[in-house]
Amino acid sequence: MRFLMTVNGGGRAPDEQMYANMGRFVEEMTRAGVLLATGGLDRGTHVTAADGNITLTDGPFTESKEVIVSFALIEARSEDEAVELARRFWKIVGDGEGDIRQVFGPEG
Amino acid sequence: MTTDSAAAHSTIDAVWRIESARIIAGLARLVRDVGLAEELAQDALVAALEQWPVEGIPARPGAWLMLTAKHRAIDRIRRDERLASKLSLLGREMETTRQDASAEFDAVLDDVDDERIDDDLLRLMFISCHPVLSTEARVALTLRLLGGLTTEEIARGLLAAEPTIAKRITRAKRTLASNEVPFEVPSPAARPARLASVLEVLYLIFNEGYSAMAGDDWMRPSLCYEALRLGRVLAGLMPDEPEVHGLVALMEIQASRIPARLDPAGRPVPLPEQNRGRWDHLLIRRGFTALLRAQQMGQPPGPYILQAAIATCHARARTAAETDWRQIAMLYEALATLTPSPVVELNRAVAVAMAGDTEQGLRIVDGLAAEPALADYHHLPSVRGDLLARLGRHGEAAGEFRRAAALTRNGPERTVLLRRADDCDAGG
Repeated sequence: MRFLMTVNGGGRAPDEQMYANMGRFVEEMTRAGVLLATGGLDRGTHVTAADGNITLTDGPFTESKEVIVSFALIEARSEDEAVELARRFWKIVGDGEGDIRQVFGPEG
Repeated sequence: MTTDSAAAHSTIDAVWRIESARIIAGLARLVRDVGLAEELAQDALVAALEQWPVEGIPARPGAWLMLTAKHRAIDRIRRDERLASKLSLLGREMETTRQDASAEFDAVLDDVDDERIDDDLLRLMFISCHPVLSTEARVALTLRLLGGLTTEEIARGLLAAEPTIAKRITRAKRTLASNEVPFEVPSPAARPARLASVLEVLYLIFNEGYSAMAGDDWMRPSLCYEALRLGRVLAGLMPDEPEVHGLVALMEIQASRIPARLDPAGRPVPLPEQNRGRWDHLLIRRGFTALLRAQQMGQPPGPYILQAAIATCHARARTAAETDWRQIAMLYEALATLTPSPVVELNRAVAVAMAGDTEQGLRIVDGLAAEPALADYHHLPSVRGDLLARLGRHGEAAGEFRRAAALTRNGPERTVLLRRADDCDAGG
């Protein structure tokens, strides 16, 4: 089962220690064959489509709490496993918010 | 069950899945017996099931399980003189490097020495796939010890009865113990053959999952992902072995087709007809990367690298018509030289025909007609029917498709074959 784990904006800025711990965690998850892709997201352009018209506005801004600022795509064997990995991830990050979403796949 | 205790159980399941292989591996180094190591790890699991719902989930659940298992191991050694003397005997044999048992335990517990745990994990892979075991025992033991699957899950995955699998695993552990198979990475001289066995087991598990049909228990296709995961782990443990990366590449690319290989009615879709938009391009990319890594090591390609290269030819083609069949035919020829087999030869025939020389493809297929290994292999008449139809020999083609339909045990595939026979009767 594939899961998209996201971190929302507004959390504390990472320090050197967190970078080191996160680097180690990412390496561990990669070696465990679990982590498929990961990335951070910059601010962007907001799109609204209505009645065939597309409106573009500035944002989203990564300072905002509802906005995804980074993600990890993982292959886990169950939702429990994804949650456990998220637990380890958040232990490194500290305070903040995010989501664990299952990606539709052949099993769904 | 209260919400808290349900949550604790979920966590325990997940932690076990993630950590059990490393815990068993670490313990196996200490007690020199994978069966006993697994038993001790299971004891720790039982302790977690008793304590975590009441006392809460520990801050480092993996370390907690390892510590608990370590204590059980010490208890066991104290109680069991025979085991203690066996271990001290082993200790004496290697006294130059070994410290006393307790320091050894602490090293395992501290879990700081990741490299050492990696070594243990690699040893566990080699011993689970040891040639003293039957192939089916290797598969079951690998899923159990490395995959952390329960007997019930393995049985569901392999379409076997649970007691059969339980017996198979028990017997495998006993065989390893009675043959005194050492818990070690094989010597350089023995390594190629032993590694081949590990790769074979992983690919068998993968194919078991890949052969799953629509409506099957999800445990079956999930074996693909389990094999793939273990392959990635092995690639991390043995980064300098090109064939390990070759196998990973092969599995990544084959797994990329899982979303496209069945139609909505659950019938298998042949590769050229698959909707390539449904292929998992993330896995394809990973496959390309793994294959490149294998090829850059500059050694002559082994069978997994060649098969991965063939899979890559398909993955690279944006449409079926763009497939480089000439290249695929060449790769099959190399594969046939390296590992001669009628199945490889049959695939080569298809590639030769697809590259434009249908007559030559048919000649290769006809050369396989007397192959006893292919007597019940439905792909032989199915391929022959396909090539005959291409040559406009519809009457003969229909007969071959019916023969193939009678041989396959896969219901949806039979339907497809019979339909093709009818099409041929109607004149193609």
